[in-house]
Amino acid sequence: MNPFSSGNRLRDMIRAIRACKTAAEERAVVRKECAAIRAAINENDQGYRHRNLAKLMFIHMLGYPTHFGQMECLKLIASAGFPEKRIGYLGLMLLLDERQEVLMLVTNSLKQDLNHSNQYIVGLALCALGNISSAEMARDLAPDVERLLQFRDPNIRKKAALCSIRIIKKVPDLVENFMYPAASLLKEKHHGVLVTGVQLCTGLCKVSSEALEYFRENCTEGLVKTLRDIANSPYSPEYDVAGITDPFLHIRLLMLLRLLGQGDADASDCMTDILAQVASRTESNKNAGNAILYECVQTIMSIEDNGGLRVLAINILGRFLSNRDNNIRYVGLNMLMKAIVVEAKAVQRHRATILECVKDSDASIQKRALELVYLLVNESNVKPFTKELIEYLEVSDQEFKGDITAKICSLVEKFSPEKIWYIDQMLKVLSEAGNFVKDEVWHALIVVISNASDLHGYTVRALYRAFQASTEQESLVRVAVWCIGEYGDMLVNNVGMLDIEEPITVTESDAVDAIEVAIKHHRSDLTTKAMALIALFKLSSRFPACSERIKDIIFQNKQSLLLELQQRSIEFNCILQKYHNIRSALLERMPILDETTLRGRKDGSLPTAVSTSTIIPCDLPNGVAEPAAAPIGDLLDLSLDDVPPPISSCGDILQDLLAIDLSPASALSGTSHPPKAGTDVLLDLLSIGTLVPAETSPSALDISSSGQDNKAPLANSNGLASLPLLIADSPASSAGMMDLLDAFDPITQKLEENGPAYPSIVAYESRSLRMTFNFSKQPGNPRTTFILATFTNLSPNVYNDFLFQAAVPKFLQLHLDPASSSTLPASGDGSITQNLKVNNTQHGKKSLAMRIRIAYKTNNDDILEEGKINNFPRDL
Amino acid sequence: MVFSLFSEGENKVLCWCFFYVTLAFIILMLYEMHFEKVIRELGGVILSRGPKLCNFVDWRGFKVVYKRYASLYFCMCIDQDDNELEVLEIIHHFVEILDRYFGSVCELDLIFNFHKAYYILDELLLAGELQETSKKTVARLIAAQDSLVETAKEQASSISNIIAQATK
Repeated sequence: MNPFSSGNRLRDMIRAIRACKTAAEERAVVRKECAAIRAAINENDQGYRHRNLAKLMFIHMLGYPTHFGQMECLKLIASAGFPEKRIGYLGLMLLLDERQEVLMLVTNSLKQDLNHSNQYIVGLALCALGNISSAEMARDLAPDVERLLQFRDPNIRKKAALCSIRIIKKVPDLVENFMYPAASLLKEKHHGVLVTGVQLCTGLCKVSSEALEYFRENCTEGLVKTLRDIANSPYSPEYDVAGITDPFLHIRLLMLLRLLGQGDADASDCMTDILAQVASRTESNKNAGNAILYECVQTIMSIEDNGGLRVLAINILGRFLSNRDNNIRYVGLNMLMKAIVVEAKAVQRHRATILECVKDSDASIQKRALELVYLLVNESNVKPFTKELIEYLEVSDQEFKGDITAKICSLVEKFSPEKIWYIDQMLKVLSEAGNFVKDEVWHALIVVISNASDLHGYTVRALYRAFQASTEQESLVRVAVWCIGEYGDMLVNNVGMLDIEEPITVTESDAVDAIEVAIKHHRSDLTTKAMALIALFKLSSRFPACSERIKDIIFQNKQSLLLELQQRSIEFNCILQKYHNIRSALLERMPILDETTLRGRKDGSLPTAVSTSTIIPCDLPNGVAEPAAAPIGDLLDLSLDDVPPPISSCGDILQDLLAIDLSPASALSGTSHPPKAGTDVLLDLLSIGTLVPAETSPSALDISSSGQDNKAPLANSNGLASLPLLIADSPASSAGMMDLLDAFDPITQKLEENGPAYPSIVAYESRSLRMTFNFSKQPGNPRTTFILATFTNLSPNVYNDFLFQAAVPKFLQLHLDPASSSTLPASGDGSITQNLKVNNTQHGKKSLAMRIRIAYKTNNDDILEEGKINNFPRDL
Repeated sequence: MVFSLFSEGENKVLCWCFFYVTLAFIILMLYEMHFEKVIRELGGVILSRGPKLCNFVDWRGFKVVYKRYASLYFCMCIDQDDNELEVLEIIHHFVEILDRYFGSVCELDLIFNFHKAYYILDELLLAGELQETSKKTVARLIAAQDSLVETAKEQASSISNIIAQATK
């Protein structure tokens, strides 16, 4: 016998596990037990199989893997005795789920057990089948289960009925087979069979309309009678719960009647009396009674209209809402949510109570009530509701603030009667819970502000005030910063003063102060800081007097550790210093943002930003407006790593302009997103302009024309290095870019004058490695050839300790520079380069020749490859 | 319905759990969540709730109904259109049956006899639906099956006794 398995009983193991003080100890105990069980399994130990399985179940429930025990379940199920089968089936239900193929193997045992002479074994098999059956098993075993629906023992009939629910859920086309036996179960007297029969009928009705029709025709009256009998039945101790006979059966019957009455006036009529009786006579001081009332109200609300009953139901709900028990209030709210579809007015009457529930101390109730409020609000009552909700927002729990903020924002947006009210409410939400406001929401707010041109002044002043009061809420800061940047002049000059406003005096430097606060505030994140930087940049043209100070602040960010800010500040600085002529055009106020685009995007009818930018062809001729206006999100999204800004025609020109001008910056940005180095820089910088290109193109053209003037000299002075990089980096480079490049033809030619070009050769190639040579010569020194050797790995393995050696005949002199790396990445995913200098003393008479040897390590094997190169171009 | 039960321990929040396999559970399995993780997460949510609050929580799109008995929590994960109040009643029904079976049940009874608790649950619920509304019937069925096991054990031991005596 196995030395381990003899010892521990299940009880001992559980005790040992419970005694563990730490998780590590517990793991050790479990490991030891698992090892013992595995050993027992390997020895095919019969005696302790059921004990081992019980242990495995316990271990499984603690969350350890127990797959190795699955076959043991099958063995136990296949054995003859009841105790083995009992634990085997339990193991099957716990350790397996229907996805596992082991289940296929169990079908046969199940079939045998369903036909077993011992009814308890039949019960075990039915239970297992009901809990874990897969579609195939359901199909195979359905006839047996169907037969068992008529079994003599009621306990088997009820199990078979519930098992059938699983079967028809898995294989709906078997519904027909079960319809008639199910109907006959409804005539049973045994409560267990009756309750399962009712559930089976409910299941059938949900799966098939044919079955629903059948039961409606044939069973409605019978069910009503059953419900009446049970509701009127005298006290029976076996089924009594809190003075009510079998509330479970009540509830299941009401559930089925609901399905039968829905959409059918006759059936609904048939059940009116009994529903009225249940609704009015059921005791509501205990949970069981309330459960029945709750179900009854649901049924009344779902069946065809009957005025009197509905009033009764709404009154019950009213009682539920004012109940002290939280559970009852919870289901009351739940029910009102369903009732609002049919009886909106009646629900509106409970408005005040529902609002009270939003302020409840129970999170579950709060959540329900808030959802209900959301459904209750319409154009006529949005103002008082919003007022209440915003007031509550101030005192609500942190965890709840997110939910409530989202709901308020959505309500305000959906139902706001006028823009000024919308803006006011949003400002309140932002200053109260700005940190919980989602990005889309404040983006939308900005669009609305931008569209309400008569409220610009009012909004910017209100935001300025709110900002002065608190800078804690990030999204408030962002919206304020954006508005001050755009409408700073209105803030200072009190433009568009409304009657309701209190006048404030803000000087230009106050406005700049505000933005400086935002940019320097320790809580501001990158997006906020970037927005603040842009706002400052914009203010530089609005407030010429402050422009020196603004320049200073922008300049300070040159040392920012955040790449984005550093880059922007360098760019802005450049523009401030060098391009006074274009600055005011560049920093014009944003054109009105397109509301329909925003809405369309929200509905998902427009492609998202990413796809817009990829669909638009990049080679639009200059000055042609981009057809689709880019959604606002892009423009505001200064983090922009994830959303490449749309490429528009005006961007192209600007791209060229700045790509040359700001080559260090573009190189920098190129490291983070190589494909569109140039485009990004400029488009971001001018993201404002790209938004609605139809409006900006004229100004963009201005810039381009002024840019053209500068182009040539600039390019000549410092463009050389960056240009090839740009060409390589931006496949999107446009016609304008190409024009620009034409100017450099002479330079390219000049390169060629350096000497005749030699074709590069594949000097060596094996199955695992390729080496190519590129040749060049210095003008005036034909004897010396510079060779650039490039090694590429053709195998899937990385090469380490890569070493290239070469030998040449005596008439040659060879100089080898160190290689660029000693590691060669796999599958051509990079290369090593190495420079060679060969001096041919017999130039013109003999051509080059070379022997090479390449050594490297791969998978810890030393590899040596050797070869001879004869295919050098002649005359080298 | 996923049925589970756990208790407030000191360092182990969750000592014990039962579950009942149905659609909801399969959905959970699709999320690749281990059962233990489900219990741990859910346990955190439920244990953090105060005593007078309602017995329902929303968790990952499911409704969870829980009920506390001394240091034991029983909870059930139900569908959106199930009757929450009835589920509370079912939990109570189960606890009463356990109480009758074990004789004022406690946490340790359930831990050391977890399989028996499962057998009882299997007589009460099947495929996530209510199977029997009479406590007496459940008790009778369990007793009958237990006695079957006892008989089998006695037979086995008497046979092994006979063999032992015969081989002496």
